Amino acid sequence: MLTPEMLESIKKVEATRAARMGVEPRRMTADEKDALLREFHPDYRDAGFAEIKIGPNKGEKVPLELGTLLHSNSRLYGKTIDLDKIDYDVDVLVIGAGGAGSSAAIEAHEAGANVMIVTKLRIGDANTMMAEGGIQAADKPNDSPVQHYIDAFGGGHFAARPELLRRLVMEAPDAINWLGDLGVMFDKQTDGTMVTTHGGGTSRKRMHACKDYTGAEIMRTLRDEVINRGIPVVEFTSAVELIKDENGRVAGAVLQNMETDDYLVARAKTVIIATGGAGRLHYQGFPTSNHYGATADGLVMGYRAGAPLLYQDTIQYHPTGAAFPSQIFGALVTEKVRSIGAMLVNVEGEAFMHPLETRDVSAASIIRECTARGKGVPTPGGGTGVWLDTPMIEMLHGEGTIERRIPAMMRMYMNYGIDMRTTPILIYPTLHYQNGGLEIGGEGFTKTIDNLLVAGEAVGGIHGRNRLMGNSLLDIIVFGRQAGKAAAARAKEVALGKLTLAHIDEYAKTLAEAGLDTGDVSPLLLPRYARHER
Amino acid sequence: MEKMVNIYLYGKKYSVPADLTIMTAMEYAGYTLKRGCGCRHGFCGACATIYRIKGKNELKTCLACQTQVEEGMYIASIPFYPTDKRTYDINEIKPTQQIMMELYPEIYACIGCNACTKSCPQSINVMQYIAYAQRGDFGACADESFDCVGCGCCATRCPAGISHPMVGELARRLTGKYLAPETEHLRARVEEIRQGAYDALIEQIMGKPITEMKELYNTREIEK
Repeated sequence: MLTPEMLESIKKVEATRAARMGVEPRRMTADEKDALLREFHPDYRDAGFAEIKIGPNKGEKVPLELGTLLHSNSRLYGKTIDLDKIDYDVDVLVIGAGGAGSSAAIEAHEAGANVMIVTKLRIGDANTMMAEGGIQAADKPNDSPVQHYIDAFGGGHFAARPELLRRLVMEAPDAINWLGDLGVMFDKQTDGTMVTTHGGGTSRKRMHACKDYTGAEIMRTLRDEVINRGIPVVEFTSAVELIKDENGRVAGAVLQNMETDDYLVARAKTVIIATGGAGRLHYQGFPTSNHYGATADGLVMGYRAGAPLLYQDTIQYHPTGAAFPSQIFGALVTEKVRSIGAMLVNVEGEAFMHPLETRDVSAASIIRECTARGKGVPTPGGGTGVWLDTPMIEMLHGEGTIERRIPAMMRMYMNYGIDMRTTPILIYPTLHYQNGGLEIGGEGFTKTIDNLLVAGEAVGGIHGRNRLMGNSLLDIIVFGRQAGKAAAARAKEVALGKLTLAHIDEYAKTLAEAGLDTGDVSPLLLPRYARHER
Repeated sequence: MEKMVNIYLYGKKYSVPADLTIMTAMEYAGYTLKRGCGCRHGFCGACATIYRIKGKNELKTCLACQTQVEEGMYIASIPFYPTDKRTYDINEIKPTQQIMMELYPEIYACIGCNACTKSCPQSINVMQYIAYAQRGDFGACADESFDCVGCGCCATRCPAGISHPMVGELARRLTGKYLAPETEHLRARVEEIRQGAYDALIEQIMGKPITEMKELYNTREIEK
């Protein structure tokens, strides 16, 4: 039920709608954006960060909650795991069964490797499944990979690693082609031309979509392909620590059955970390658009084994998370809603910004509107939000557009009696994406641990310090495929030595020397949502 | 004091705040979910749930993450359901009626009870897309099944033992790969890149100093 205050504000939104329709709000200058981010983006809130005390990134900033995990001992510390008893013995071990892990497994299998996936939930329980809006690729005649590079590099504050960004944009069209060949149903015109739109910060319309189920359509296709190929997927089984060999190369992982808690040993010639993001760590108390298992496990395992992080202090808050009703608090409202015409409007009915600024700028601008400017709309839970003026979409593109192009959004709100075709929806930023992660080179390998690769959201450096819409679905495919191919090729050359978990004890020693004792263990595996109060 | 309702998790009574979803109510009651919980936002189909309101006869199915609790709800989540996916090589099969007959012959045993459609939390006309599949109209089957999250509620209610989500998946892959029109601009761009048409340009831009990149970025023309 909308509150009386909301209904009052909606009248103002309706009153200004006609006048706003024909006017594109001004985009901010580079200086305005810088000042806005410094004052209002959560990445600049010192209270949300800690200093890393040990390991390769010692002295750098990290979100508090991730810092605690990095400063905790292994789940296996003090336990005896018999590494001579091998439960699984493979060429390529893929940890994580989202879009990156599945793409990697398919390519490794294609290359003839004996590949296996482990995942703590089910294949497809991943942020990929929830990506709604689209996937970028410069495949239109007025566009080019160079233009894509400029957009992504600037949008990421000129911090992306050039060798990674190059691969992202140059292999983007082939990624779309590969997905289409697997049977992904992209939105096309009758002549085959892709239906493409803008995303925040793009200079060309290169957002390809499958309605607003883009990630789901990609993920379920990849899942189907993994199963068709007979690639083993060990579900409800989490990797809890990497195993190395006596020469310091990665050599597999210790696994834990999530239901029986029993440990298992997987030996592998190459290992791909594709464990995704960290939204369920709820940095700075934000709700999240992420899936249940997004707890940064891969970052923790990789770091404990000695792989450095990059840009671990930059987090993406998606500008438009659901602020109301409470049942969907924090759920993603796809950027595509703005791509196809909805404006961001404050309590007074004013369009306070251009709807397609980059995500970090948009999120900061919404936070400013709701805090310093006091022009947010209060919600019953004590929060605030601003309007996303969705009825504009139907006015701009005709009745039926919302149902046709963003059916998932319409359904989500209809569940709670809100018809977004006629009523604007209330939104506020939600924790969406980890811009940083484990550092890799251009071929997908970490730079410090031989035969260890990383793909997908667990990687840092592809996007720099902010990511554009549609470049994450792209990166999981491009870097997933690359990791699978590279791992399969490398596995042919590897002869493993004796397995060891010595790095766990070494890490414990370093923690003790630094005087750190969080009283907890890591990785987290699942968020602690169960309430045990009396 | 917030409004509370009584619900029954696997038959056991709990008092929970009325504004919670079934999923958050389970956590409020103290459950740590392993199965029956995935994306938590209605896209992954992990949380298929079956319930009945006390005193009412009708058995309902839903996604636990998208459904608000009600007074007197008797709730059982479905941790796993043995849907039956048949395997195939997407490059070998063709979009002919024969392929459905080979892979999912049980769809022709549909008795038209419509229990699948009634059980769908996504309000998909499931029986209709099965009918399209029977006829070999894969495009229509793909469109009608497109919003499927694969929760399997339909399959649990089917007297003919059909694994509906798998039928829809096959139809969508056939449609995406074989029936959708070819994209000429995509084919051309992939070829250009393969031929190295952008290699020099990308090298050049990668080598530019940041100040020059900033200038390029801040003055770029934005397509209307």
